[in-house]
Amino acid sequence: MGFWRTLIRHPEFRLGFAEMAAVAPGIAAWGLMTGVAMVKSGMGTLEALFMAATVFAGSAQLAAIPLLLAGAPVWVILATAFCVNLRFVVFSAHMRSYVMHLPMRLRLLTGYLTGDLTYVLFIKQHPQPATDEAGRFGQVAYLLGNGSINWFSWTASSLLGVVLANFIPTSWGLGFAGILALVGMTCSLASSRLRWVAGGVAGCAGVAAFALPMKLNILVAIAAAVALCLLLEKTPWGRMPQPRAH
Amino acid sequence: MTEMFSGEVNLVHMATIAALACVSVLARCLFFISDSEWTLPDWAQRGLRYAPMAALCAVIAPEVVMSQGHLIHTLQDARLYGVVAAMAYFFLRRGVGQVVLGAIVCGMAVYLPLHIGLGW
Repeated sequence: MGFWRTLIRHPEFRLGFAEMAAVAPGIAAWGLMTGVAMVKSGMGTLEALFMAATVFAGSAQLAAIPLLLAGAPVWVILATAFCVNLRFVVFSAHMRSYVMHLPMRLRLLTGYLTGDLTYVLFIKQHPQPATDEAGRFGQVAYLLGNGSINWFSWTASSLLGVVLANFIPTSWGLGFAGILALVGMTCSLASSRLRWVAGGVAGCAGVAAFALPMKLNILVAIAAAVALCLLLEKTPWGRMPQPRAH
Repeated sequence: MTEMFSGEVNLVHMATIAALACVSVLARCLFFISDSEWTLPDWAQRGLRYAPMAALCAVIAPEVVMSQGHLIHTLQDARLYGVVAAMAYFFLRRGVGQVVLGAIVCGMAVYLPLHIGLGW
């Protein structure tokens, strides 16, 4: 099929792939420990394998499993997973203008593959939606190259974690590599004064609002950081010349 | 001997897991579904530039300074030094090359001995 062949050979596909491959070991360690945690929380092996292969949302999976095992109503489980995933709704609002030229099934595929790190890397590489057809195709190529290797390293390592769950103690703390991958990504974003403010505010709000159910602390933190930065943009301090975001 | 495979397969569970995969797609594509002409207001466009940074820090901070839902009250926690080591590596290398991977390796090299060796 011509579309896919052109897409995979596009330099932007390779760039997206390479930028995510650079952090893939961190993702893999994190995925491995998520697979282990799924089984340790009492899930059967086949169910855990099915979940690890399809759901592709670590925090939502770990939130849903206890409810599933406790026999909670299906709608409660799905609503909980949706709330844990609410930050992705914010991302989808941001990503809309990059993907609306695609047919629906491709939009759904790119959306599914856009995890946290893919979103962050993509917006860093392409701060503005392209205005011509070649540019739009390149942006989609970057997105799919980046998302596909992220999906693969996360999913393959989660499956491995499920299979090896009884042999890998969670006490080793290998999953911390995933947090360090996020830390590294954060450092690469911290290119302006207001970005530092956004990070600091969101970190504090995320901790302060941690008691909220269903990881809503993350949404509260994003809202607080964005609101404060929008206010500070209007002040002389926020408008000071800043290094270009790369 | 430890069993590698355990548990039974419950059809309601399998259907719920399939629905959870659909929830992943729905959340990530919610604003892609409608074809109608519509763009974000200008303030939202500007505000979203801070969303990636904010989302990352909101996810990271509780994972580093909290345990069992409470702020930690000790400096004997391997995660603190792991994060400091990763950030130090990143900024000393000025973000050049495979620096995120280097930061992960450097952070784990500090974290694992403290965590496994000293139990921090």
